[in-house]
Amino acid sequence: MIVLAVGSKLITRRLSTELTRSRWQNLLEIVVTGIEKQIEDVGLQNPKKYIGFLGTLFLFVALAALGTVIPGYEPPTGSLSTTAALALCVFVAVPLFGIEEQGLWGYLATYTKPTIIMLPFNIISELSRTLALAVRLFGNMMSGAMIIAILLTITPFIFPIVMTLLGLLTGMVQAYIFSILAAVYIAAATRTRKAKPALAIKT
Amino acid sequence: MDNMTIIAVVSIITAGLTIALGSVGPALGEGRAVSTALSSLAQQPDASATITRTLFVGLAMIESIAIYCFVVSMILIFANPFWNHVIAGAAKVAGK
Repeated sequence: MIVLAVGSKLITRRLSTELTRSRWQNLLEIVVTGIEKQIEDVGLQNPKKYIGFLGTLFLFVALAALGTVIPGYEPPTGSLSTTAALALCVFVAVPLFGIEEQGLWGYLATYTKPTIIMLPFNIISELSRTLALAVRLFGNMMSGAMIIAILLTITPFIFPIVMTLLGLLTGMVQAYIFSILAAVYIAAATRTRKAKPALAIKT
Repeated sequence: MDNMTIIAVVSIITAGLTIALGSVGPALGEGRAVSTALSSLAQQPDASATITRTLFVGLAMIESIAIYCFVVSMILIFANPFWNHVIAGAAKVAGK
Protein backbone atom coordinates (compact mmCIF):
# COMPACT_ATOMS: atom_id res chain seq x y z
CA MET A 1 0.00 0.00 0.00
CA ILE A 2 2.86 2.33 0.82
CA VAL A 3 4.44 1.53 -2.53
CA LEU A 4 1.22 2.48 -4.30
CA ALA A 5 0.74 5.78 -2.48
CA VAL A 6 4.37 6.92 -2.63
CA GLY A 7 4.73 5.83 -6.24
CA SER A 8 1.70 7.72 -7.45
CA LYS A 9 2.64 10.82 -5.47
CA LEU A 10 6.10 10.84 -7.05
CA ILE A 11 4.79 10.34 -10.57
CA THR A 12 2.05 12.95 -10.48
CA ARG A 13 4.32 15.59 -9.01
CA ARG A 14 5.12 16.96 -12.42
CA LEU A 15 2.25 16.23 -14.74
CA SER A 16 2.64 17.43 -18.28
CA THR A 17 -0.01 17.85 -20.92
CA GLU A 18 2.39 18.09 -23.81
CA LEU A 19 3.14 15.40 -26.28
CA THR A 20 6.19 14.16 -24.44
CA ARG A 21 5.80 12.81 -20.97
CA SER A 22 7.71 10.57 -18.67
CA ARG A 23 7.07 6.91 -19.06
CA TRP A 24 5.77 6.56 -15.52
CA GLN A 25 3.06 9.11 -16.21
CA ASN A 26 2.23 7.20 -19.34
CA LEU A 27 1.87 4.03 -17.32
CA LEU A 28 -0.44 5.68 -14.85
CA GLU A 29 -2.55 7.16 -17.62
CA ILE A 30 -2.93 3.78 -19.28
CA VAL A 31 -4.05 2.21 -16.04
CA VAL A 32 -6.47 5.00 -15.14
CA THR A 33 -8.11 5.27 -18.53
CA GLY A 34 -8.36 1.49 -18.74
CA ILE A 35 -10.21 1.29 -15.45
CA GLU A 36 -12.41 4.21 -16.41
CA LYS A 37 -13.43 2.52 -19.63
CA GLN A 38 -14.27 -0.70 -17.79
CA ILE A 39 -16.43 1.18 -15.29
CA GLU A 40 -18.26 2.91 -18.09
CA ASP A 41 -18.86 -0.42 -19.85
CA VAL A 42 -20.51 -1.80 -16.75
CA GLY A 43 -23.11 0.92 -16.94
CA LEU A 44 -22.11 3.69 -14.57
CA GLN A 45 -22.77 7.01 -16.24
CA ASN A 46 -20.17 9.14 -14.55
CA PRO A 47 -17.04 7.05 -14.06
CA LYS A 48 -14.98 9.88 -12.60
CA LYS A 49 -16.97 9.78 -9.38
CA TYR A 50 -16.36 6.13 -8.73
CA ILE A 51 -12.92 5.60 -10.12
CA GLY A 52 -11.30 6.61 -6.84
CA PHE A 53 -12.94 3.80 -4.93
CA LEU A 54 -13.06 1.12 -7.60
CA GLY A 55 -9.61 1.87 -8.95
CA THR A 56 -8.11 1.64 -5.48
CA LEU A 57 -9.82 -1.70 -4.87
CA PHE A 58 -8.52 -3.13 -8.12
CA LEU A 59 -4.97 -1.82 -7.73
CA PHE A 60 -4.68 -2.97 -4.13
CA VAL A 61 -5.86 -6.52 -4.82
CA ALA A 62 -3.84 -6.76 -8.03
CA LEU A 63 -0.61 -5.58 -6.44
CA ALA A 64 -1.20 -7.80 -3.41
CA ALA A 65 -1.34 -10.73 -5.82
CA LEU A 66 1.61 -9.56 -7.92
CA GLY A 67 3.84 -9.47 -4.87
CA THR A 68 3.92 -13.26 -4.71
CA VAL A 69 6.77 -13.03 -7.18
CA ILE A 70 8.97 -11.83 -4.33
CA PRO A 71 10.14 -14.82 -2.29
CA GLY A 72 9.09 -14.85 1.31
CA TYR A 73 6.01 -12.74 0.57
CA GLU A 74 2.60 -13.63 1.93
CA PRO A 75 -0.32 -11.98 0.16
CA PRO A 76 -2.30 -9.87 2.61
CA THR A 77 -5.51 -10.90 0.90
CA GLY A 78 -4.80 -14.46 1.97
CA SER A 79 -6.26 -13.77 5.37
CA LEU A 80 -9.98 -13.54 5.91
CA SER A 81 -9.63 -10.30 7.90
CA THR A 82 -8.31 -8.34 4.93
CA THR A 83 -10.89 -9.60 2.49
CA ALA A 84 -13.67 -9.11 5.02
CA ALA A 85 -12.50 -5.51 5.48
CA LEU A 86 -12.53 -4.94 1.71
CA ALA A 87 -15.98 -6.48 1.39
CA LEU A 88 -17.24 -4.30 4.24
CA CYS A 89 -15.91 -1.25 2.39
CA VAL A 90 -18.01 -2.23 -0.61
CA PHE A 91 -20.98 -2.96 1.64
CA VAL A 92 -20.80 0.56 3.07
CA ALA A 93 -19.99 2.25 -0.23
CA VAL A 94 -22.96 0.89 -2.18
CA PRO A 95 -25.64 2.61 -0.05
CA LEU A 96 -23.46 5.73 0.17
CA PHE A 97 -23.28 6.07 -3.60
CA GLY A 98 -26.92 5.12 -3.94
CA ILE A 99 -28.09 7.76 -1.47
CA GLU A 100 -25.82 10.33 -3.04
CA GLU A 101 -27.38 9.66 -6.41
CA GLN A 102 -31.02 9.10 -5.56
CA GLY A 103 -31.64 10.67 -2.17
CA LEU A 104 -32.43 8.71 0.99
CA TRP A 105 -36.02 7.75 0.19
CA GLY A 106 -35.24 7.04 -3.43
CA TYR A 107 -32.56 4.59 -2.42
CA LEU A 108 -34.68 2.92 0.26
CA ALA A 109 -37.48 2.60 -2.26
CA THR A 110 -35.29 0.41 -4.46
CA TYR A 111 -35.43 -2.24 -1.77
CA THR A 112 -39.17 -2.55 -2.23
CA LYS A 113 -38.99 -3.01 -5.98
CA PRO A 114 -40.45 -4.93 -7.72
CA THR A 115 -42.92 -5.65 -4.90
CA ILE A 116 -42.88 -5.07 -1.14
CA ILE A 117 -42.70 -8.82 -0.57
CA MET A 118 -39.18 -8.75 -1.95
CA LEU A 119 -37.95 -6.56 0.91
CA PRO A 120 -36.46 -9.33 3.10
CA PHE A 121 -34.99 -11.07 0.06
CA ASN A 122 -33.32 -7.87 -1.11
CA ILE A 123 -31.80 -7.34 2.31
CA ILE A 124 -30.60 -10.94 2.49
CA SER A 125 -29.13 -10.75 -0.99
CA GLU A 126 -27.27 -7.59 0.00
CA LEU A 127 -25.66 -9.33 2.97
CA SER A 128 -24.87 -12.54 1.12
CA ARG A 129 -23.26 -10.63 -1.75
CA THR A 130 -20.87 -9.03 0.68
CA LEU A 131 -20.06 -12.37 2.29
CA ALA A 132 -19.53 -13.96 -1.12
CA LEU A 133 -17.11 -11.19 -2.12
CA ALA A 134 -15.00 -11.72 0.99
CA VAL A 135 -14.95 -15.53 0.85
CA ARG A 136 -14.29 -15.66 -2.89
CA LEU A 137 -11.20 -13.50 -2.69
CA PHE A 138 -9.97 -15.15 0.49
CA GLY A 139 -10.48 -18.68 -0.85
CA ASN A 140 -8.67 -17.97 -4.11
CA MET A 141 -5.67 -16.33 -2.47
CA MET A 142 -5.36 -18.78 0.39
CA SER A 143 -5.68 -21.84 -1.82
CA GLY A 144 -2.93 -20.56 -4.09
CA ALA A 145 -0.57 -19.97 -1.18
CA MET A 146 -1.43 -23.28 0.45
CA ILE A 147 -0.95 -25.33 -2.71
CA ILE A 148 2.48 -23.79 -3.23
CA ALA A 149 3.43 -24.46 0.37
CA ILE A 150 2.36 -28.09 0.18
CA LEU A 151 4.04 -28.64 -3.17
CA LEU A 152 7.30 -27.22 -1.86
CA THR A 153 7.51 -30.14 0.53
CA ILE A 154 6.78 -32.73 -2.14
CA THR A 155 8.31 -31.78 -5.49
CA PRO A 156 10.65 -28.84 -5.20
CA PHE A 157 12.23 -26.82 -8.00
CA ILE A 158 9.97 -26.74 -11.03
CA PHE A 159 6.41 -27.60 -10.21
CA PRO A 160 5.92 -24.97 -7.48
CA ILE A 161 6.98 -22.33 -10.00
CA VAL A 162 4.23 -23.46 -12.34
CA MET A 163 1.75 -23.23 -9.51
CA THR A 164 3.04 -19.76 -8.66
CA LEU A 165 2.27 -18.74 -12.24
CA LEU A 166 -1.24 -20.11 -11.88
CA GLY A 167 -1.56 -18.25 -8.59
CA LEU A 168 -0.54 -15.02 -10.32
CA LEU A 169 -3.13 -15.54 -13.02
CA THR A 170 -5.94 -16.25 -10.61
CA GLY A 171 -4.84 -13.31 -8.47
CA MET A 172 -5.19 -10.92 -11.40
CA VAL A 173 -8.53 -12.38 -12.43
CA GLN A 174 -9.84 -12.18 -8.88
CA ALA A 175 -8.75 -8.55 -8.59
CA TYR A 176 -10.63 -7.76 -11.79
CA ILE A 177 -13.69 -9.72 -10.64
CA PHE A 178 -13.75 -8.01 -7.26
CA SER A 179 -13.75 -4.51 -8.70
CA ILE A 180 -16.16 -5.34 -11.52
CA LEU A 181 -18.63 -6.86 -9.07
CA ALA A 182 -18.33 -3.81 -6.83
CA ALA A 183 -19.00 -1.65 -9.89
CA VAL A 184 -22.05 -3.73 -10.82
CA TYR A 185 -23.47 -3.44 -7.30
CA ILE A 186 -22.94 0.31 -7.29
CA ALA A 187 -24.53 0.57 -10.73
CA ALA A 188 -27.55 -1.39 -9.50
CA ALA A 189 -27.90 0.96 -6.54
CA THR A 190 -27.52 4.20 -8.49
CA ARG A 191 -29.58 3.32 -11.51
CA THR A 192 -32.46 5.77 -11.60
CA ARG A 193 -35.70 4.60 -13.12
CA LYS A 194 -36.32 6.84 -16.04
CA ALA A 195 -39.88 7.70 -16.96
CA LYS A 196 -41.03 5.78 -19.97
CA PRO A 197 -40.61 7.97 -23.04
CA ALA A 198 -43.82 8.77 -24.81
CA LEU A 199 -44.35 6.93 -28.04
CA ALA A 200 -42.95 9.13 -30.72
CA ILE A 201 -44.87 8.38 -33.81
CA LYS A 202 -48.55 7.85 -33.99
CA THR A 203 -49.83 7.30 -37.46
CA MET B 1 -13.16 -46.34 19.23
CA ASP B 2 -12.97 -43.43 21.57
CA ASN B 3 -14.12 -39.90 20.91
CA MET B 4 -10.86 -38.63 19.50
CA THR B 5 -10.58 -41.35 16.90
CA ILE B 6 -14.19 -40.97 15.80
CA ILE B 7 -13.84 -37.22 15.37
CA ALA B 8 -10.58 -37.57 13.46
CA VAL B 9 -11.89 -40.26 11.10
CA VAL B 10 -15.17 -38.50 10.36
CA SER B 11 -13.45 -35.15 9.83
CA ILE B 12 -10.94 -36.48 7.35
CA ILE B 13 -13.49 -38.48 5.37
CA THR B 14 -15.93 -35.58 5.27
CA ALA B 15 -13.24 -33.16 4.18
CA GLY B 16 -12.32 -35.39 1.28
CA LEU B 17 -15.92 -35.97 0.28
CA THR B 18 -16.78 -32.26 0.54
CA ILE B 19 -14.19 -31.13 -1.93
CA ALA B 20 -14.71 -34.14 -4.20
CA LEU B 21 -18.46 -33.74 -4.59
CA GLY B 22 -18.35 -29.99 -4.33
CA SER B 23 -16.17 -29.49 -7.37
CA VAL B 24 -18.28 -31.61 -9.72
CA GLY B 25 -21.17 -29.17 -10.06
CA PRO B 26 -19.15 -25.98 -10.61
CA ALA B 27 -16.87 -27.73 -13.09
CA LEU B 28 -19.81 -28.86 -15.21
CA GLY B 29 -21.42 -25.44 -14.97
CA GLU B 30 -18.24 -23.66 -16.01
CA GLY B 31 -17.82 -26.00 -18.94
CA ARG B 32 -21.29 -25.17 -20.20
CA ALA B 33 -20.74 -21.45 -19.65
CA VAL B 34 -17.49 -21.41 -21.61
CA SER B 35 -18.94 -23.46 -24.45
CA THR B 36 -21.92 -21.12 -24.80
CA ALA B 37 -19.59 -18.12 -24.68
CA LEU B 38 -17.43 -19.63 -27.42
CA SER B 39 -20.38 -20.27 -29.68
CA SER B 40 -21.72 -16.75 -29.19
CA LEU B 41 -18.24 -15.37 -29.89
CA ALA B 42 -18.25 -17.29 -33.12
CA GLN B 43 -21.60 -15.79 -34.02
CA GLN B 44 -20.72 -12.19 -33.13
CA PRO B 45 -17.00 -11.55 -32.96
CA ASP B 46 -17.32 -7.79 -32.64
CA ALA B 47 -19.07 -8.09 -29.28
CA SER B 48 -16.11 -10.05 -27.94
CA ALA B 49 -15.19 -7.53 -25.22
CA THR B 50 -18.64 -7.65 -23.62
CA ILE B 51 -18.91 -11.39 -24.01
CA THR B 52 -15.48 -12.00 -22.50
CA ARG B 53 -16.14 -9.73 -19.55
CA THR B 54 -19.53 -11.30 -18.87
CA LEU B 55 -17.97 -14.73 -19.19
CA PHE B 56 -15.34 -13.92 -16.58
CA VAL B 57 -17.87 -12.49 -14.15
CA GLY B 58 -20.09 -15.55 -14.57
CA LEU B 59 -17.17 -17.91 -14.13
CA ALA B 60 -16.18 -16.16 -10.90
CA MET B 61 -19.67 -16.55 -9.52
CA ILE B 62 -19.76 -20.25 -10.39
CA GLU B 63 -16.27 -20.74 -9.03
CA SER B 64 -17.23 -19.29 -5.66
CA ILE B 65 -19.41 -22.33 -4.96
CA ALA B 66 -16.36 -24.55 -5.31
CA ILE B 67 -14.45 -22.10 -3.12
CA TYR B 68 -17.08 -22.44 -0.39
CA CYS B 69 -16.66 -26.23 -0.42
CA PHE B 70 -12.90 -25.83 -0.33
CA VAL B 71 -13.07 -23.49 2.65
CA VAL B 72 -15.28 -25.96 4.52
CA SER B 73 -12.87 -28.81 3.94
CA MET B 74 -9.93 -26.65 4.99
CA ILE B 75 -11.76 -25.77 8.18
CA LEU B 76 -12.38 -29.46 8.82
CA ILE B 77 -8.72 -30.30 8.41
CA PHE B 78 -6.93 -27.31 9.90
CA ALA B 79 -9.28 -25.36 12.12
CA ASN B 80 -11.59 -28.08 13.33
CA PRO B 81 -13.29 -26.80 16.49
CA PHE B 82 -14.35 -30.26 17.68
CA TRP B 83 -10.84 -31.59 17.23
CA ASN B 84 -9.37 -28.69 19.19
CA HIS B 85 -11.90 -29.20 21.94
CA VAL B 86 -11.10 -32.91 22.19
CA ILE B 87 -7.35 -32.26 22.11
CA ALA B 88 -7.67 -29.70 24.88
CA GLY B 89 -9.65 -32.21 26.92
CA ALA B 90 -7.04 -34.93 26.40
CA ALA B 91 -4.22 -32.54 27.34
CA LYS B 92 -6.04 -31.62 30.53
CA VAL B 93 -6.51 -35.29 31.39
CA ALA B 94 -2.84 -36.09 30.68
CA GLY B 95 -1.61 -33.09 32.67
CA LYS B 96 -3.62 -34.01 35.75
